[in-house]
Amino acid sequence: MDFARPKRMLYFWIDKIGNVLFRLSWHLVHAIIYLCYFTMAMLHGLESHLISRGLLRKYKYLHISKINYLAIVIESEEACRTSNVIQLLLWVATLGINHICLYDNEGILKKSKDVILDKFDGAILFQDTHENNMLLDQPCMTLEFVSFSDGKEAVARAANVLLMKYIKSRAAGSNQGEQIFSESEMSEALKTVGSGGPEPDLLLIYGPARCHLGFPAWRIRYTEIQHMGPLKSLKYGSLIKALYRYTTNLQIWYGNKQVKCSAVLPWKTVNLGKSNRTPSIHGDS
Amino acid sequence: MERMVQIYSCLVSLLQKCIFRIVSVGPIPNHVAFIMDGNRRYSKRLNSMEGSVHKAGFSVLKSMLKYCYEFGVRYVTVYAFSIDNFKRNPQEVESLMDLMVEKIEGVLREESNFNRYGIRIMFSGNLELLSQPVRLAAERAMLATANNSRAIFSVCVAYSSTDEILRAVRKSCEEKWDEITAFSLGGSEQDEMDHRIKLADIEKHMYMAAAPDPDIIIRSSGETRLSNFLLWQSTNCYLYSPSALWPEIGFRHFLWGILNFQRIHFYLDKKRKQL
Repeated sequence: MDFARPKRMLYFWIDKIGNVLFRLSWHLVHAIIYLCYFTMAMLHGLESHLISRGLLRKYKYLHISKINYLAIVIESEEACRTSNVIQLLLWVATLGINHICLYDNEGILKKSKDVILDKFDGAILFQDTHENNMLLDQPCMTLEFVSFSDGKEAVARAANVLLMKYIKSRAAGSNQGEQIFSESEMSEALKTVGSGGPEPDLLLIYGPARCHLGFPAWRIRYTEIQHMGPLKSLKYGSLIKALYRYTTNLQIWYGNKQVKCSAVLPWKTVNLGKSNRTPSIHGDS
Repeated sequence: MERMVQIYSCLVSLLQKCIFRIVSVGPIPNHVAFIMDGNRRYSKRLNSMEGSVHKAGFSVLKSMLKYCYEFGVRYVTVYAFSIDNFKRNPQEVESLMDLMVEKIEGVLREESNFNRYGIRIMFSGNLELLSQPVRLAAERAMLATANNSRAIFSVCVAYSSTDEILRAVRKSCEEKWDEITAFSLGGSEQDEMDHRIKLADIEKHMYMAAAPDPDIIIRSSGETRLSNFLLWQSTNCYLYSPSALWPEIGFRHFLWGILNFQRIHFYLDKKRKQL
């Protein structure tokens, strides 16, 4: 009797059923993960509410002067939510962080910059400050608007600036490659092409995933990156928690001294107080 | 007792195979990168010698490579030694270099294994900064596995992203200079436009040009910065930071990273296609 054909049929059906079972298991695993994240989101929401109310003691004091420059990455599809962006900036400014970089991949925020600047008295565009070195001395709020064209494409434009220098040096018979292709020259070239902002201390990502979406690579060598979730779920307490986590991370401040290069300043501490009323926009629709 | 251990090992192996099979139903990253952070903190915690912890860290690396291979990940990149790491204690640097030479020699002895699995080894970074024994060993390992194409294992040594970008810019400028002198430009505006550096010129000179952009960067020890690693290539890359120190990293951390990648894969794929 020939058992080959029934055997093949049997293996075929075992394989088919096996595939279906594996597929179902995969969906089940992801359903469980979704429920876990949903539960964690509820708990984070509750924690955020308690932080906003000043009921969690450890978040009452923030050493804000550890954050000289804050970057905020926003997913482009949410960047058109201007009121959320303004709300976030208001919270950040209220906490005492005055120098902020806003990034979205497609440049939507750049188009809304006038609307945003209007909401903050005395705020100036970063590009209008004369020297980066003076940034920390600016008492008023500075806002920088950055997009993908300020990242890789800016490096290509800066490369052409260095190319001109290189051609001049080779045409003059000398080869100053080592001096021309240095980090300081590259930083200067990036400033020349209008993409020479400082390195942020902390980068907050508002979007579905923990991904910096093309923030200028030259500027995030040692930047702490924290994922905040979607912009539409913006919470004051989550912002406080993220800033607190950054300012108390001992590994940044004591573990790897070569990473942190800002000056040690007497720490300006923000007391969030007992009745911590969340700052909000007034007169806004 | 021995029988019990054998049965247990078989069950664990079967369970792992089952998990691989289930997880492989969803999208698997094509390129996984690792930042092996936390070895020194682990050695302080255990009061042990840093050299022995780096060896323990190496065996964790081997396990991660094995998991990547089982899942069908085609490109794996590790941040073995940063240019900044040369500033560390000279004894530690020397011990790391000795460990690297020892492991590369081991790879060369087991060459048939790498060739059997079709794994190509590449060392990415400013290899001129390495001492001659390390550099020669690295070059021999790259040559021995050059014909393999099933998977590519990139070891970033004497590497930093800013150095990579500068080198790519420099190479692009040298290339343009050669073009200009070869064609003896008349100085027209069109000639100038044709010989400007474009983004593609820089990208082809990157150390990591042989691999696609990573899909996921896993940094152990819970630190949330990239420390000058793959900054250029991580535009649409999921950044995952398990809190375990590198010698404590295991299959469950890797699995969790893959599962989270699968959750956001559709979004990251969409962003990538928009570029």
